[in-house]
Amino acid sequence: MEFVNLTIDNKSVKVEKGTSILKAARSVGIDIPTLCYMSLGDMNIENKPGGCRICVVEVEGRRNLAPACCTDAHTDMVIKTNTMRVLNARRTVLELILSDHPADCLICAKSGNCELQTMAHKLGVREIHYKGEMSTYKEDFSPSIIRDMDKCIMCRRCEMMCNEVQTVGALWGVNRGFQAVVSPAFEMDLEKSTCTYCGQCVAVCPTGALTEVDHTNQVIRALADPSKTVVVQTAPAVRAALGEEFGLKPGTLVTGKLAAALRRLGFNFVFDTDFAADLTIMEEGTELLDRLGRHLNGDKEVKLPILTSCCPGWVNFFEKQFPEMKEIPSTARSPQQMFGAIAKTYFAEKIKVNRKDMVVVSVMPCLAKKYECQREEFATDGNPDVDFSISTRELAALIKGANIDFNLLPDEDFDNPLGESTGAAVIFGTTGGVIEAAVRTAYEIQTKKKLEKVDFEELRGLEGVREATIDFNGLPIRIGIAHGLGNARKLLEDIKAGKSYFHAIEIMACPGGCIGGGGQPLHHGDSSILKARQMAIYQEDRNKPIRKSHENPFIVKLYEEFLKHPMSEKAHHLLHTHYFNKKNEFIIE
Amino acid sequence: MAKYKMHLLVCGGTGCRASASDAIVGKLQKELDEKNLQDEVQVVMTGCFGFCEKGPIVKVLPDNTFYVQVKPDDAKVIVEEHVIKGRKVEKLLYKDPADQKEISDSKHMGFYKKQLRIALRNCGVINPENIEEAIARDAYAALAKVLTEMTPQQAIQEMIDSGLRGRGGGGFPTGMKWKIASQNHADQKYVVCNADEGDPGAFMDRSILEGDPHSVIEAMAINGYCIGATKGLVYIRAEYPLAIERLKIAINQVREYGLLGDDILGTGFSFDIQLRYGAGAFVCGEETALIHSMEGERGEPTFKPPFPAESGYLGKPTNVNNVETYANIPVIYLKGANWFNKIGTAKSKGTKVFALAGKINNVGLIEVPMGTTLREVIYEIGGGIKDGKKFKAVQTGGPSGGCLTEKHLDTPIDYDNLIASGSMMGSGGMIVMDEDDCMVSVARFYLDFTVEESCGKCAPCRIGNKRLHEQLDIICKGKGTLADMDKLRNLSHVIKDTSLCGLGQTSPNPVLSTLDNFYDEYLEHVHDKKCRAGVCKDLMQYIIDTEPCVGCTACARVCPVGAISGERKGPHTIDQTICIKCGACMDKCKFNAISIH
Amino acid sequence: MVKVKSLADLQNLKANLQTKVDLREKGDSAERLVQVRVAMATCGIASGAKKVMEFFIDELEKRNIDAVVTQTGCMGYCYAEPTIEVKLPNQDPVVFGYVDSKKADEIIEKYIKNGELVPGIIPVNYETIDNNNQ
Repeated sequence: MEFVNLTIDNKSVKVEKGTSILKAARSVGIDIPTLCYMSLGDMNIENKPGGCRICVVEVEGRRNLAPACCTDAHTDMVIKTNTMRVLNARRTVLELILSDHPADCLICAKSGNCELQTMAHKLGVREIHYKGEMSTYKEDFSPSIIRDMDKCIMCRRCEMMCNEVQTVGALWGVNRGFQAVVSPAFEMDLEKSTCTYCGQCVAVCPTGALTEVDHTNQVIRALADPSKTVVVQTAPAVRAALGEEFGLKPGTLVTGKLAAALRRLGFNFVFDTDFAADLTIMEEGTELLDRLGRHLNGDKEVKLPILTSCCPGWVNFFEKQFPEMKEIPSTARSPQQMFGAIAKTYFAEKIKVNRKDMVVVSVMPCLAKKYECQREEFATDGNPDVDFSISTRELAALIKGANIDFNLLPDEDFDNPLGESTGAAVIFGTTGGVIEAAVRTAYEIQTKKKLEKVDFEELRGLEGVREATIDFNGLPIRIGIAHGLGNARKLLEDIKAGKSYFHAIEIMACPGGCIGGGGQPLHHGDSSILKARQMAIYQEDRNKPIRKSHENPFIVKLYEEFLKHPMSEKAHHLLHTHYFNKKNEFIIE
Repeated sequence: MAKYKMHLLVCGGTGCRASASDAIVGKLQKELDEKNLQDEVQVVMTGCFGFCEKGPIVKVLPDNTFYVQVKPDDAKVIVEEHVIKGRKVEKLLYKDPADQKEISDSKHMGFYKKQLRIALRNCGVINPENIEEAIARDAYAALAKVLTEMTPQQAIQEMIDSGLRGRGGGGFPTGMKWKIASQNHADQKYVVCNADEGDPGAFMDRSILEGDPHSVIEAMAINGYCIGATKGLVYIRAEYPLAIERLKIAINQVREYGLLGDDILGTGFSFDIQLRYGAGAFVCGEETALIHSMEGERGEPTFKPPFPAESGYLGKPTNVNNVETYANIPVIYLKGANWFNKIGTAKSKGTKVFALAGKINNVGLIEVPMGTTLREVIYEIGGGIKDGKKFKAVQTGGPSGGCLTEKHLDTPIDYDNLIASGSMMGSGGMIVMDEDDCMVSVARFYLDFTVEESCGKCAPCRIGNKRLHEQLDIICKGKGTLADMDKLRNLSHVIKDTSLCGLGQTSPNPVLSTLDNFYDEYLEHVHDKKCRAGVCKDLMQYIIDTEPCVGCTACARVCPVGAISGERKGPHTIDQTICIKCGACMDKCKFNAISIH
Repeated sequence: MVKVKSLADLQNLKANLQTKVDLREKGDSAERLVQVRVAMATCGIASGAKKVMEFFIDELEKRNIDAVVTQTGCMGYCYAEPTIEVKLPNQDPVVFGYVDSKKADEIIEKYIKNGELVPGIIPVNYETIDNNNQ
């Protein structure tokens, strides 16, 4: 390992060869401000186009200023990060960026959480000396994401996530010079493009250019309507991150306070999506065993591997880009949708409420869920199973707006019968969790033996593509796991080429799984936050008395009273779905 | 055997072709055929002669008669009088503007006397579409010499010794560039020729490719041998269809002759060339943007290091050089580095091709040794300022350069002197300005260009240049303030200091150099709301002098915005708040009553 | 098309093609070469000057003499046609009259090659306004 010795602001620094000046400076406590730079180090994701020019520093002997994020440190370099020349340049460049940015802070969704706003505050900008024409673009509304490109600062993070990490390819730099903007091809709307609504672009956007569609107003209206029974369900990943919006350390579990807050907001019934996650395991696990059984019996037609299907971003991905493989994923709906279906039938009957008078709201870490609940096949006579989906960020805004002091809330429980869940359901929130939950149930059903240990460490971790073989009492079951659509693509290509040797594959569109979803509190590039959230999820699992889905008593009751058994006709009707070819091709004559 | 006793060379560069020089070729051939002289007199279409102001050019050999401004119909008289009777056609001879004397041999013309054509050695001499003529003039002899007599290291050393510096604008020592590229190892390396020539008004590279494509092909092959590359790519802008065509023809012919392809001359060295086309982006002349464009990606520069020599096309070591740099290379190997490094100045060796344009008498393409002064170029070669006007400034380096004034005229032209004077060599554009040019407008014109061509990746160039342009526009429209002037300087310096690539780093140069040299003009625009050159329309007023005005109402009737009022037979006035300064009234007035102030 | 397979091939090719373009090079640097101008006005052409010109072109090349042969208008010596003017490098031009192939041969061998004057010279009997004319 080679090292280099250099001087930054009169401090001696020794770093590995190939380290950037930015990282070298940070290693001795000098924090050079950055704007477009972003690094999720553990996940090998780095955005450094070198375009914002905010991180410029003076390097002795170099004619012009150097961008710290993309210039390597060399031995004997003498660097100054805060001379008058550097500060003037940094300030002027920021003023230029601000001169082409709408001064909408008062009403912008990102106010208080905007990296540009923070930078302007930090550099003490009080006047914009270089005013002039401002770029204007048409605002683009899709079911999940809003693009307001007037606020784009061309940091290219969204482009990088969409192309290099997710390999979806919906966003690219188009046009030139002052008209340059990041947009779908031909500046078409996101809805018409190949976008999967995974929301990773929103998760990394430093300004208010990319934000989620806000459904809080619809939720408030429903809550204020006395004729409606408003039911809320919340995903596992929410409880591991919501606290961050209230100043708590990343990775603080706030399940109890979450339930309490929802109750105080006025929801009539506070349920848990985790309940439906257990239900998903029942259905999907049965489907897995069914396909496996047929395969082992020599059925050549059966489609293996089976792919999980609870992630709507992932579903959009293969419907749009691999529609020829739409028979391969599991037909089970996602926990959100299963919940909605059960709530508006089983539960509505129980409390004698007409489904049209019931409003089901979901709180999700995910933006694709907004699109999912609007899908036509998830409605009965025009009445959707899930009416609205709001993100973790939107819930935090609702709580703050209702004057509720989150940190002072007592811990409360979810309501029943749709509020009880097992540890297997909780781990749905992170990569590897769904398949681990499925294995816990499938193992016991298949082998008819009790599991000694329910933790399957070999399925856990943050590497993009993982594999493990689980021994089902002599029968080796090969599991594949991918998170991030780019990794999913790799596994899909293998399946297409006939090279895949897995029995089951779990796919999550977002890096890290749902904990890293597009609707979660923004991490601003700090991957340790994702790790902390993941730890919290596994902690909640360990805290649960029951950790296998099929042992959830309320699930057992649901089948007895209503569904009969997994994959029954009723279960098929309510809890399963099929997929569509959504490839949009343009033929240019 | 057809032994031609006379050659008629017709200029086939794009400029002369636009004036129907290819029709001249056709007509000359027809005349010769009719008179049965086709076996004695050869008509050859060549590359650019350089004297574009006087084109189309026809040169008669061996008596070296230089005919200017020839029309296709003149073919008849040329054949009848000159070819058959040996009498020069006087009306087609060049007349020295000083004394109107006819000069028939270009060697004696002020335009050519001080030129030393090295890169342009074959332009105007051979038919670029015939490889045999090129070979007869030593094409591929340098390649043969290098392949059979030198090792790559020796050849690189020769290039270093010659002192040749990149002619695309950067001026980086070519030998050093080759050496670095040769030291990076990979399974495949590339040689790239940058033929994107984006500077407005520059056509040096175009003329070389149209007139002598083999010099470039040969040099690329030599380059490949030196650095260990077997593949060459020419990135040529799509707006040069003739150059593309000539290059394609040349490449095909070279392949047929076995001088490109596998095992060239039996030495085991293989090299071949492909063409790639630009798509109208000046920024793709920057080498990393060029490489990304060739890779099929968005033509945006990326930060250096890593330099292309280390990681370029498809991530492999790549050497990028300019067309003119390549054109110099074969002759360096034939005549030796020591011959080359005796030409020019201490730090800038050899010659430079310039596209001389603007308010000058002899507009065209010239090649002079480094060290020639600007005065010699403008007054002796260029023939002085057109219409006897007063010289004001000369702009070198295109949109990246600056304006030099009277006090710089005795500067010997070389890379370092031009930078020290506040401009730069650039790729070779040289625009002469006279008293009727407004320097603020000139700065704005260059910003027009760079704002349009900026890729948009980095904030200082994308937004900063736009603001710079807007500010200049405001000044030209008479709405500038003194506070604005301060901002211009700071903004310019920050853009230069922080931009990612050469486009942004040099785009404020026209602003800074005009601020330095013509501050008074800026002040007049801002403070006095006056444009002394009469260019900025918003600062001018059209005034009707009541004395000569007879009230014919002709001006009022032709005014498109109804700004003129007055009674019939009475004096008229122009309402300045409505007037759009189109000048229609002044054109219409038969009594010379309207003038510009 | 000739394929060039080796260095020798290239060198031979160049040597063969040299003559195609040497006229262009010579035109530019005529003062360093022998210049022969053949009067090709009406009387010249009528007396067979064309043949004389062709003779000079072919023979000078055959005998490896670097020369430029051009045609010119009437030199005024119509009684002595065909007339030619020979200018050796750094010398004054000399006009010869009554030049036929035999005479041309003599001029080449004696005057051009050795500088030996040959009978038949016509002295210059007029001046032109431009004495620096080439």
